[in-house]
Amino acid sequence: MAKLIKIAIAGEGGQGVQSIGDILAEAGNEEGKEALYIPNFGIEQRGGVSLAFVQISEEQIGSPKFQSADIVIALSERAVARTLQYVTKDTLFVYDSSLIAPPEVVDEVIGLQAYDTVAPEAQAGKIGRKAKSGHGELPENAKRLIGIPATAVAQQELHPRVFNMIILGATVRAAGIVEMKTIEKALESKLGKKFTDNPKLRELNFSALQKGVQLMDAALREEGQA
Amino acid sequence: MVERLAMPKSWRLESKPHKFCPGCGHGMVLKVLGEVIDELAIQEKLIFGVDIGCSLLAWDFFDVDTVQTHHGRTNPVMVGIKRARPELLCIAYMGDGGAYAIGSQHLVNAAFRNEKIMAIVVNNCNYGMTGGQMSPTTLPGQKTETSPYGRDPKETGSPTQGPEMVAAIASPGAYVARGSVTNLKQLKRFMKKAVENQLAGNGFSFLEVISCCPTNWRTNAKQTWAFMEEEMASYFRVGELLTAEKDEENS
Amino acid sequence: MDKLIQEEKRVFMTGNEAVAWAAVAAGAEIMNGYPITPQNEIMHYWTRLAPKFNKKFLQTEDELSAGFTTIGSVLGGKKAFSATAGPGTTLFQEPLSMAEMMRIPMVLVVQQRGGPSTATVIYSQQEVNMVTFGGNGEGWRIVYSTSSHQELYDYTIKAFDMAWKYRFPAIILGDGYQAKMRESLLMYNPEERGIELVQPEAFVGKPGLPGRDRPASHLRNAFSVEEELFDAAMSIQREYDQMASEIIEADQQQIEDAQLVIVAHGVVSRAAVAAMNRLRAKGLKVGYFRPITLRPFPEKQLQAVAASCNNFLLVESALGQLARLFKEALFNVPVKTFQTIYKPGVGITAEEIVEYIEALG
Repeated sequence: MAKLIKIAIAGEGGQGVQSIGDILAEAGNEEGKEALYIPNFGIEQRGGVSLAFVQISEEQIGSPKFQSADIVIALSERAVARTLQYVTKDTLFVYDSSLIAPPEVVDEVIGLQAYDTVAPEAQAGKIGRKAKSGHGELPENAKRLIGIPATAVAQQELHPRVFNMIILGATVRAAGIVEMKTIEKALESKLGKKFTDNPKLRELNFSALQKGVQLMDAALREEGQA
Repeated sequence: MVERLAMPKSWRLESKPHKFCPGCGHGMVLKVLGEVIDELAIQEKLIFGVDIGCSLLAWDFFDVDTVQTHHGRTNPVMVGIKRARPELLCIAYMGDGGAYAIGSQHLVNAAFRNEKIMAIVVNNCNYGMTGGQMSPTTLPGQKTETSPYGRDPKETGSPTQGPEMVAAIASPGAYVARGSVTNLKQLKRFMKKAVENQLAGNGFSFLEVISCCPTNWRTNAKQTWAFMEEEMASYFRVGELLTAEKDEENS
Repeated sequence: MDKLIQEEKRVFMTGNEAVAWAAVAAGAEIMNGYPITPQNEIMHYWTRLAPKFNKKFLQTEDELSAGFTTIGSVLGGKKAFSATAGPGTTLFQEPLSMAEMMRIPMVLVVQQRGGPSTATVIYSQQEVNMVTFGGNGEGWRIVYSTSSHQELYDYTIKAFDMAWKYRFPAIILGDGYQAKMRESLLMYNPEERGIELVQPEAFVGKPGLPGRDRPASHLRNAFSVEEELFDAAMSIQREYDQMASEIIEADQQQIEDAQLVIVAHGVVSRAAVAAMNRLRAKGLKVGYFRPITLRPFPEKQLQAVAASCNNFLLVESALGQLARLFKEALFNVPVKTFQTIYKPGVGITAEEIVEYIEALG
């Protein structure tokens, strides 16, 4: 594993972006690594793309946000456009390739303020960052581009609400970062009470993670890189 | 007869869809205000002031000159504009926090001096934009981020009755009323009268609006409406408290 | 009073939450506050902890009131604090000025956001001017600029102690990123670590009849003639300078053979350290200096650095606010080159600093 891994996660509000970010960071912390998670936040309470930044490292992390990501997870079309600026030739880009409407996930967001206000593509150049154009188009320059039909699979086989766990499972399978059992442990500590009240929920979430792994395996096989 | 348009003419198209949350009361209040602006033909000489909080999201809402001020300072800024340019129409737009907490001294003094501006207070019983903290109008027992166990009136007092306070200290010529987004027809009537009160140069015009915040209340549509119509209405009585006619009755 | 934290515990939480716990660990009893992003969650956590641990909370009508009620809490003999940001910090200058003059140990957490005016609710380092020298006075405050959650915890505890020991208002200067991000820290009971918490003392309402059993407390902040003010100001300044030598803190690394020193404070200092390490790995002789107390500023330490290497790159998320303190500290000290990366309201990454320095050639 490289010293520092930078992960950008984006999606519509209600898709569970912050949950993914939080669990990844929590898992990194569990494994004794340095982990830092920050949501993007602005003045709006709702609307706009929800964006989360996660970093996992061997050493103290330099700054909470970053300019380029090692991994980008994009859960919606708007999220793809919004995260293009973080993509370089070394980026693994994972996106939801289902062509149906995204489901809503209960997402405990810090102070309810985790929404972007103005997409900074227009502003990025002014502060010395490179702005990328492209709306709804997938990045061409990513190192690897992998679509996972998480929403569709969740709806058909599990439950719409765990679609973000499918994507999380898929990403962890593709990129390493942390071990799956630490992800499960982090999920447990975050949702422990809910799991105790309803053990089926645990089963559902853990199945979703495994589903993600399977889907990623399939996608990688297609790529010719199992 | 004015043609009923879906979107008021005074609304600015480029800033739609607006940035308020789904189910927010602001959208309804601003629709009524937009219709009033159209029907009274005041778009050109209207200056619209917005406070800090969710009201600031209306900074480019109308094709009307708008000033976004500081928290609680919208009344004094509108007072300043009105005194410099009495021919303009000044409407200050704010929430319950901006009006009754940090802006209370400015509100009270504008009322004392019978400033010829209009203030609209959108009351949703919490600080919305900052994530749902308790506000002066939070109801007893209501759980908010800074009253997580429910508001205790013994500790923090009862909900502020803004229009009642303004009516008690206002001078002849003031117009004071409370409407609700659950009755838009009535709200529009009050809003029109408030604007006409300023156009006539009578005195301070004040309109509180019972509104909703399903995001921070964490309520669905049915619960949201019930909270306004049942809970809030039991503390905040809808109606006109002070009008030119009522003034005459009392004098 | 129940001790909340019994044993050391490694936790993973937001900065705002860490501050709330630290205030409890420090023995704070009262928080007065007003909503403003990005510090709201400090109030949210405090109000949830409050009834379980006998703490008090008041949400005031605004920041002026939050500051003055906190002064009142302190006068009553309780450790008290508030938290704010941006336009709230501006309002806090009035009560802070009173605390400076009257030597009242109020504690304030400032989570910097964009400025001036409403700007953004997010992040900046643009409140340095205000927290160090805002108000109509001489800046008799203690200011700690933190860069991590561990420091938010450690320095919140320290702020209470130093404020009460030396009787000056103390400010913990964080920012929106630190407030909202999640990272790990070790929470502990300070007394278990040998940190003796300074006990608060009432300014008013002590037992006994005033005038007979004890002198009455006559607290004022107004003087009749210029000479009175002069005496008071010079005396307070002397005490402030005396304290300075005992509480000043700074961090510096790899200065001895450095050809360029990066200067930064707060969260940006993390990027500075990361940049320094990357450049050193490439063979470039870069060092770093970080003031931890912005007031009193570590002048002597910085002057010593300049004696060793006087080529500087100052990096801050503001337009020269740290630079102002830097230049004042190095008055009459020769500086060969002084370059800056100013990014008001925007975060600064190690990559940017590395890129800038490599481009220098």
